[in-house]
Amino acid sequence: MPENNRQLLAGREYIGVDKIDGPLIFVSKTHPVGYRELIECVDKQGNVRLGIVLESSTNIVVVQVFEGTTGLTLPDTRIRFSGKPLTIPVSREMLGRVFDGLGHPTDGGPIQRSDVELDVNGVAINPTSRQYPRDFIQTGISVIDGMNTLIRGQKLPIFSGNGLPHNTLAAQIARQAKIRGSDTEFAVVFAAMGVKHDVARFFIQSFEDSGVLENVALFLSLADDPSIERLITPRTALTLAEHLAFAEDMHVLVIMTDMTNYCESLREISTIRGEIPSRKGYPGYLYSDLAELYERSGMIKGRKGSITLLPILTMPNDDISHPVPDLSGYITEGQIVFEREMDGRGIYPPIAGLPSLSRLMKDGIGEGMTREDHPHLASQLFAAYSYVKDVRNLASVIGEEELTPMDHSYLEFGREFEQKFVSQRNDEDRSIEQTLDIGWEVLKALPSEELHRLTDEEIEKFYGK
Amino acid sequence: MNDRIIGRVKRVNGPVIEVMGITDAEMFELVRVGDANLIGELVKLEAEAAVVQVYEDTTGIAPLDPVYGAGMQLSVELGPGMIGNIYDGIQRPLEAIRDIAGIYIRKGIDIPSLNKTKRWHFVPSAKPGDNVTGGMILGAVQETENVLHKILVPPGEKGMLESVAPEGDYTVEDVIAVLKGDDSQTKDLLLMHRWPIRLQRPTRKRLPPDIPLITGQRVIDTLFPIAKGSTVSIPGGFGTGKTMTQQAVAKWCDADLIVYIGCGERGNEITEVLAEFPELIDPRTGRSLMERTILIANTSNMPVSAREASIYTGITMAEYFRDQGYHVAVMADSTSRWAEALRELSGRMEEMPAEEGFPAYLPTRIAEFYERAGSMETLSGNAGSVTIIGAVSPPGGDFSEPVTQHTKRFIRCFWALDRNLANARHYPAISWLDSYSEYLDDISMWWDQQTGPQWRSDRTEIMELLHKEVRLQQVVKLVGPDALPDTQRFILEVCTLFKNAFLQQNAYDKIDMFSTVQKQAKMLHIIVTYWQRGAEAIKRGVTLVKLRKMKVYQDIIKMKFTVANDDLSELDKIQGRLERAMDQMEALHA
Repeated sequence: MPENNRQLLAGREYIGVDKIDGPLIFVSKTHPVGYRELIECVDKQGNVRLGIVLESSTNIVVVQVFEGTTGLTLPDTRIRFSGKPLTIPVSREMLGRVFDGLGHPTDGGPIQRSDVELDVNGVAINPTSRQYPRDFIQTGISVIDGMNTLIRGQKLPIFSGNGLPHNTLAAQIARQAKIRGSDTEFAVVFAAMGVKHDVARFFIQSFEDSGVLENVALFLSLADDPSIERLITPRTALTLAEHLAFAEDMHVLVIMTDMTNYCESLREISTIRGEIPSRKGYPGYLYSDLAELYERSGMIKGRKGSITLLPILTMPNDDISHPVPDLSGYITEGQIVFEREMDGRGIYPPIAGLPSLSRLMKDGIGEGMTREDHPHLASQLFAAYSYVKDVRNLASVIGEEELTPMDHSYLEFGREFEQKFVSQRNDEDRSIEQTLDIGWEVLKALPSEELHRLTDEEIEKFYGK
Repeated sequence: MNDRIIGRVKRVNGPVIEVMGITDAEMFELVRVGDANLIGELVKLEAEAAVVQVYEDTTGIAPLDPVYGAGMQLSVELGPGMIGNIYDGIQRPLEAIRDIAGIYIRKGIDIPSLNKTKRWHFVPSAKPGDNVTGGMILGAVQETENVLHKILVPPGEKGMLESVAPEGDYTVEDVIAVLKGDDSQTKDLLLMHRWPIRLQRPTRKRLPPDIPLITGQRVIDTLFPIAKGSTVSIPGGFGTGKTMTQQAVAKWCDADLIVYIGCGERGNEITEVLAEFPELIDPRTGRSLMERTILIANTSNMPVSAREASIYTGITMAEYFRDQGYHVAVMADSTSRWAEALRELSGRMEEMPAEEGFPAYLPTRIAEFYERAGSMETLSGNAGSVTIIGAVSPPGGDFSEPVTQHTKRFIRCFWALDRNLANARHYPAISWLDSYSEYLDDISMWWDQQTGPQWRSDRTEIMELLHKEVRLQQVVKLVGPDALPDTQRFILEVCTLFKNAFLQQNAYDKIDMFSTVQKQAKMLHIIVTYWQRGAEAIKRGVTLVKLRKMKVYQDIIKMKFTVANDDLSELDKIQGRLERAMDQMEALHA
């Protein structure tokens, strides 16, 4: 069907639908409708809701309505097909504003206008256009900077659990993150999916307190908004982020919380459509779908801006092998994992040393970027802390008294490491040098012969002093 | 493009499109959908409900859109210009796409896989009048400094050469020979030919895999070696270093060519390869690693059906170079994403699922893929091989899931990545307990010739120790290490030394990133000597602390970083010092 023809037909409105099932509407006897086309659904009172085409065929069209289907009737619901995919207008002026999940302002301000209208689904970045990320971001948090370094353009999720301080940490990162020796403009895009009002307020307050609110765009689809809207929220947010980063040369930090809610909405739709589930009822395409979001971060050759992605997800029952954290971990470039036990002992941030990882760290640290001893020091801390865990297990069986003197030194190191290196205040901003110095300090609990991962020169220079 | 309309769209559901009114289409025919010209493949034929799998985003496709047939199956173009290039899952050159479309991959871009204007210097070796069959060599093009690209008669062709072009510069579409078939029909042979990706290229026969593929990674070459033409699987949960291990092998293994398939993985990983490989120098040829690499990138956010095709595209290219007599290694990262693509497409076609939603034909597909590897005698009588190293990403790191389990049935070498090792940042995190290699006996002869027969006995000795250590560790967990006698604690000590000084390998250290066979054998022998002589000494009453405080102990721990591959005399010195120190100690306790 030629394009122009479809545009003409696009204006047609269909009165009455065949079936409504959850957020899905089934319409028959339409003109040929494009896959993923934007639709408008008008109810009896004349209110307009947006949706997209999920499946199109010669006899029936399946439409998903973002604002939910509450109050719709079969005979009185009208559907208008637009002939184009869902787009939003994007511009710098959107910073400092609050929007709903579909990009409509909810702060009472004017509706944004822009010459640039972008498809929210985005397009895959050509891998040959990507710039490999290497710039160190100093977050001021020792366990991140020292051992799981965040790099500009990275996607690094926080795997958390209910009741753990992931929001505090995300806000602290947003507040403190800086690139040393760089003054390019930055912006924060915040996407909330199905989180509580309190969480949204916490973030807004935190941005306000640090005086960056005018650099933040918030997309809020809260717990009492229709669950289906969450599916489009991260896409809207990332579309703005892409514009700011790659057209306006800004460094954008995108915080998305909570990805678990997003995935649950996806599962809801999938179940209603009767698709074959894979694990725990989640659809087989969950991986591809998450990848479509996460892979929109990064840096592009020849563009100044970047998108750094910080998704937050709560692991159901603290289970890291649950499909949502599991598939996220396969796509993202590392993960920061929270540990309930550390939180219980009052350690903030309760970041588990061993399962946390930053894949891009290796190319962003060391001489000329952080400090020459950083790579080996981080490796040594990991190795020693890993042994501490073994010793603790042993001690819990045979008792601490039975341990060898060396193992006692390791226990001492473990305590020092958690108390001095990991633990810090939620407003404490440590420079990378401070972080590394603390790292050396806590290593002094161990004799220098045990430090296999460090070179003799490094031991001489830093351990001795 | 072709204007032959073979049907019209009936239903669109993601990348799967139902087509009605099918006329003369053939199974697995390449098709174009709609006015956007999206590439697809006909995977199911039925007059009113045929199924097309579309390799691009189908947003905007509507019922009644036309479907055009291309008259051929989904094929790759094989000819000069592939090396150093980067393609998507259906062999579209990504760099050329970037030049046309900018930073994003737009839909419906029609661009040839091989550069059709570039001229290559062709030197013929066949003469007019020669009787040739498919797979025989017509001549060659020096494609890169190290790769002599041999031009083959396409498999399946047969006859007498009527003419052969003289030496000179030709494009890939120029005729370089005319073949007169047995039926007197003539056929033009070009510098390139096409081959359907789902069809294995023929060879004369299989050869035994008895030459090792040396990777420079000690845990692999010494403990779980592979041969040229082998099939290997690397399973591991996220963060255990699948990609790092594969990249290390791709960088340092002694294959002639590497086909690296990034199948459903991260965009930045491809970027990393693109940034790093041109800078790295191949230790054997002294040239950039990119000059022996072909990249296929179908990242996780690119269309899922092209992901399904990408591993076939890659393996077909590998087979083509094997047919020229090369040893090719294929890195497939990750086959799980490919299997998931199969599952997604199968689900959209509403097929009946088997385990965990995967289609029932999953094991068949996995077997077909791995069976395309092997050491072969080519149709032209040369030896060539395709080695497949496939990463598997088991959900939750659980090896009992279908993809890992079915893969295990069809491979002969298994490098299991261990979460605990990765957490302790012990890389490569290849577990010495769960991994295995069936190639050990096949390639032992080669090692004997290279390093002497002691290699095999050293290896057996150290493997035995590692297995003893596991049992001892269980005891230690209950009663603590102090309860063990010194002879047994020494085993723990030696294993720790072996893990730190030998198994762990730093992929970013200039010296340690790669170890030659000779270096590995010498290092292994030093550690085994330490064990054997040390165990003797303990029997004579030497204490564990004394053994550990030996000065040479620190040298052994650091030897992987300090001794360069091209100057191994230092290792002989360490060996000498170790033996003298042991002699002294024994003398004191005689």
